Amino acid sequence: MVIFSRFTSSWKHLRYFSIEVDEGNDNEFNLYYVGVEDHSEGEKEQQVKQEGKRRRERNGKISGRTASEKRSAVTKNSDKREKKHDKHQKTARERRGSKTHEKRRKRNNADEEVVEEECSKEKNVKNERTKTSKLEDEKEQGGKKNKKKSVKTEDVDRNHGKMKPRDCNDVPTKEKTKNRKKLETISEPESKSDSESDLESRDDKAVGVLSSLTPEELEMLKEAMEEKKKLMATLRGKPWPMKKKLIILRESQEFLEKYEGALGKGKGRKLYAYKVVMMKKWMKFQRDFENFKTACIPWEMKIKEIESHFGSSVASYFIFLRWMYGINMILFGLTFGLVMVPEALMGKPYGTLPRKTVPREEEASAMNFAVLWDFGGYAKYSVLFYGYYNNQRAIGWLKFRMPLSYFLVGVGTVAYSYMVVIRTMARNANEEGGGDDTIFNFSWKAFTSWDYLIGNPETADNKFASITTSIKEAIVEDQESRKDDNIHLTRFLRVLANFLVLCCLAGSGYLIYFVVRRSQKFALVGLEKYGWWERNEVNMVMSLLGMFCPMLFDVISTLENYHPRIALQWQLGRIFALFLGNLYTFIIALMDAIQLKRAEEDIVKTNMTIWQANLYNGTVPDNSTAPPITVHPADVPRGPCWETMVGQEFVRLIISDTMTTYITLLIGDFFRAVLVRFLNNCWCWDLEYGFPSYSEFDVSGNVLGLIFNQGMIWMGAFYAPCLPALNLFRLHVSMYLQCWAVMCCNVPQERVFKASGSNNFYMAMLLVILFLSTLPAIYTIVSIPPSFDCGPFSGKSRMFDVIQETLETDFPAWFGMVFSYASNPGLVLPFLLLLVLALYYLQSTSKTYKRVNMELKKKLQVQNEENKKKNKLAALKAASELEQATNAVGKHSNTDSDLGMNENDNSLNETQQHRQKGQKSRYVHPSQGQHNKDPHPISSTHTTTRPPASRSRAVPGHLPGNPQQPQRNSHSNRR
Amino acid sequence: MGGTASNLPKELLSEYQELTFLTKQEINEAHKKFCQLQARENGPNERVSMQNILTLPELKSNPFRERVCHVFSTSDRKDGSLSFEDFLDLLSAFSDSATLEIKSHYAFRIFDFDDDGTLDSEDLKKLVNCLTGETDDARLTLEEMRQLIGNVSPSHRGQTAIRSASLTQTRFLLQILEESDIDKDGTVNLSEFQHVISRSPDFVSSFKIVL
Repeated sequence: MVIFSRFTSSWKHLRYFSIEVDEGNDNEFNLYYVGVEDHSEGEKEQQVKQEGKRRRERNGKISGRTASEKRSAVTKNSDKREKKHDKHQKTARERRGSKTHEKRRKRNNADEEVVEEECSKEKNVKNERTKTSKLEDEKEQGGKKNKKKSVKTEDVDRNHGKMKPRDCNDVPTKEKTKNRKKLETISEPESKSDSESDLESRDDKAVGVLSSLTPEELEMLKEAMEEKKKLMATLRGKPWPMKKKLIILRESQEFLEKYEGALGKGKGRKLYAYKVVMMKKWMKFQRDFENFKTACIPWEMKIKEIESHFGSSVASYFIFLRWMYGINMILFGLTFGLVMVPEALMGKPYGTLPRKTVPREEEASAMNFAVLWDFGGYAKYSVLFYGYYNNQRAIGWLKFRMPLSYFLVGVGTVAYSYMVVIRTMARNANEEGGGDDTIFNFSWKAFTSWDYLIGNPETADNKFASITTSIKEAIVEDQESRKDDNIHLTRFLRVLANFLVLCCLAGSGYLIYFVVRRSQKFALVGLEKYGWWERNEVNMVMSLLGMFCPMLFDVISTLENYHPRIALQWQLGRIFALFLGNLYTFIIALMDAIQLKRAEEDIVKTNMTIWQANLYNGTVPDNSTAPPITVHPADVPRGPCWETMVGQEFVRLIISDTMTTYITLLIGDFFRAVLVRFLNNCWCWDLEYGFPSYSEFDVSGNVLGLIFNQGMIWMGAFYAPCLPALNLFRLHVSMYLQCWAVMCCNVPQERVFKASGSNNFYMAMLLVILFLSTLPAIYTIVSIPPSFDCGPFSGKSRMFDVIQETLETDFPAWFGMVFSYASNPGLVLPFLLLLVLALYYLQSTSKTYKRVNMELKKKLQVQNEENKKKNKLAALKAASELEQATNAVGKHSNTDSDLGMNENDNSLNETQQHRQKGQKSRYVHPSQGQHNKDPHPISSTHTTTRPPASRSRAVPGHLPGNPQQPQRNSHSNRR
Repeated sequence: MGGTASNLPKELLSEYQELTFLTKQEINEAHKKFCQLQARENGPNERVSMQNILTLPELKSNPFRERVCHVFSTSDRKDGSLSFEDFLDLLSAFSDSATLEIKSHYAFRIFDFDDDGTLDSEDLKKLVNCLTGETDDARLTLEEMRQLIGNVSPSHRGQTAIRSASLTQTRFLLQILEESDIDKDGTVNLSEFQHVISRSPDFVSSFKIVL
């Protein structure tokens, strides 16, 4: 017993030592320490302090050695104690002794908990354990200490603020002592086994110890471990220097390794150990997987290079391109895996059916490159197009339902695209934080306008200029004092500009309509008689319009004299309208073509019956049992198959669009750059900074092009399953080509726009395009009957009949019944109504949330102002008191200490007020709340909510220069 | 200074991964870069001086480059030199996957030019000056600002050039304080700063440095 008490006292010194190192010259801490000592039985605080000091002086750096000595001594003692413990289990007296023993140990533990708690608070780990230990403390000391403790923690925070560099050096000793404490109090025998390589034996010993532990202690140990784990998980999010983080990580790992195996009993122990090991493995796997994932993201390095040269806005285009590539990859996977490959592998091979064979009259030219380039000939009669697919219900040994699959893939493609686009939009909207966007306009300009990615001096210069302009603009807009010289002229010019743009749009629309009609005439006569231009007229006209109209718009927009940002929006809107108009004119013309084809189809149908009749009449008139005459499928007359025609048109459009994009890139960027670069030496003006100059990368135009391209894919993918593949190829090539072009022949933009601000704008455009492009596709699918002799739906009156057919034949009867009931308007209408109601409900709740948010903000502001007033008053009062005090005792030598006392009181008051304040301000934002406890100098409470009073107190200025000077002096005096 | 990826011990590497937002490849890359910088130092020095760090193209044209070094430096001499671990801290805070919280924390410290824990009007002034270009550009800015003000009051053009320019700047600063200084104590503190930053749509995407 005696030995044990000695051990406790030495342990205390050790703790004192550690804390002394920690808090050094802090005054408040002494106060707190007294508080701790109050309840430790029969020890004079003075003595302890002296001892602690002596020890500290003696130990200096070799605390480790002493610690180990002590540890060995302790372990000897404890071994003895354990023996005793076992031996005297029977006698009642000794049992009582052991009881007191337990009690004492418990109390020790409680003490230790207090110390631990401070550490954990410092580490900003909120846990439940603090609560429980607080309760224990209150039991022991009647809550007397709690107050002091809270003061102390505040001061620790403050201290951290003052001596940051010390902080990281303190941690190891503290942590070590903590660990050691644990070691000594909880599992003494274990410390003896220095060669603890064998986990099993260690566990056995540990279990031996654990069995002697009370469940509460066990619980505490477990909680401590949980806390460590949590700390380790959140460590990377802490704004500490690496050294500190490393040390804490190592300590916690060490701690965890020591005690992980020791918890639990019997079977539970093994399970626990197993769980721990699996956890570690899982973590490692997760990390590796994360590494793997980042390594798998394509073009990451390319994009980063561009990012560092041109800032985030140009890079945002490439990120968008990559995102698009991902979507097209999925679309391609769907069409390729579920439509094209099954048909190619399991469907009837080429040449077995008329629809799968090149007709006789085309055979001669079917392999010509010009024809193949137009996707005619063999390309037309292949899996690439709708017409090739057979209407056989199930194909191959898998009984693959081809028509059904074709239909569902078409629907799935659109559904998936909707889902992805909307999900991305919602995520972007979340990031934007919703609501009041303009209230921090100026602050954002100041705090977030620099793009840290910019690594190119030229870009940086441009950025400086653009920031300057944006600041000026913001000021001007805010003043709203901008007076236009001639508002009528501006108005007139704007109206004129819009009129011109409308004319352009109408003209381009008419041109496309005219060209498409003309091409139909050509097609009726037969394309072979015409040259290359007539055959590719439609696509070329569309591409050329898409190329030159934006330039025209740009010229027109100079008339309007808009602010650049607004001008850009107008420009985007006009280009959008142009593209959309072109696309829709094209579609309307296509509809006309479809009608023509269908008329043609009717004629072919009647001709076909005549032909068939002739065939039979000529040879075997009325013998039905005889085998039918085999006609080579190439000779069978066939309908025009409008679906393939539509698909072909879209494919051609995509091809020509791609070609124009690439050629513009080469001519407009590369050759221009080459010319400017090399002709500059022998030219009469500076080409590089003068007229032609290098081209800028046009983010918005490129994004728009990409969006429209995608729209065409969505529109045409149903009739040409090869479109996603084609698009994938195109995106892949343009990724490399554009990366190269940007890096080698573009200059950074003069007007650097923010990337993320426009992200959702682009997404919204994509959604609009998606909707507009699915409209015609759905219209054709629903309202136009499929061709009679080509495609997977031939022979049906409508394409969606395939669903009905599947329901009837492949599902049990009851399912069809249920389905028919479910599709009954009596059920569908209420369901729709329900959806609308849900929508309404969600919308109104979101509105309410917004309002509540605003109210909270207002409340917060009011509270903050009140607090500020209070603080100011208190500080003023304190300052005046201070002045009086110093005046009164001006000549005495102990002025300093008095002053220090006052200061202390003040700071005590203040810190409490700050605490309240901090709690209130926690409502502002979660991150804010957390930072109130942050030990870091800048984020600590006293700095975050320091009232101006602290400065005004310095104004009376007995010690100008450093207001903290007296405080420090007082500390040294007191000690 | 081989600069190969195997230079870092495995345990250390995994610890770094645990403690930063960087992946293994990025840490190795950073180590390579750091070794190259270290080779340029005069003596065998664990730290790399600020001048050498600033030769990195990623930091070269950043107006806050010196602040960045000072904030991440753990040097006792306050010279902004970085050890490898400081360098990793820097990259981690500026990495793609770092949280808004840690990013805003460091941003605050970068903008806090006098290291006093608040952004007062002096800090903000410096900040705006940094943003609008430091040397010749700033003068140009003043000139432009003068013209800007001149449009409003053309009669006082000329003599009031400097005054009106500073007036504009002051107005800007006042606006910033008006918006973000929630408790109206004349300075922006960390929590207010984070409150403002957290609403910003493009802070996280622009507060990035990629090696």
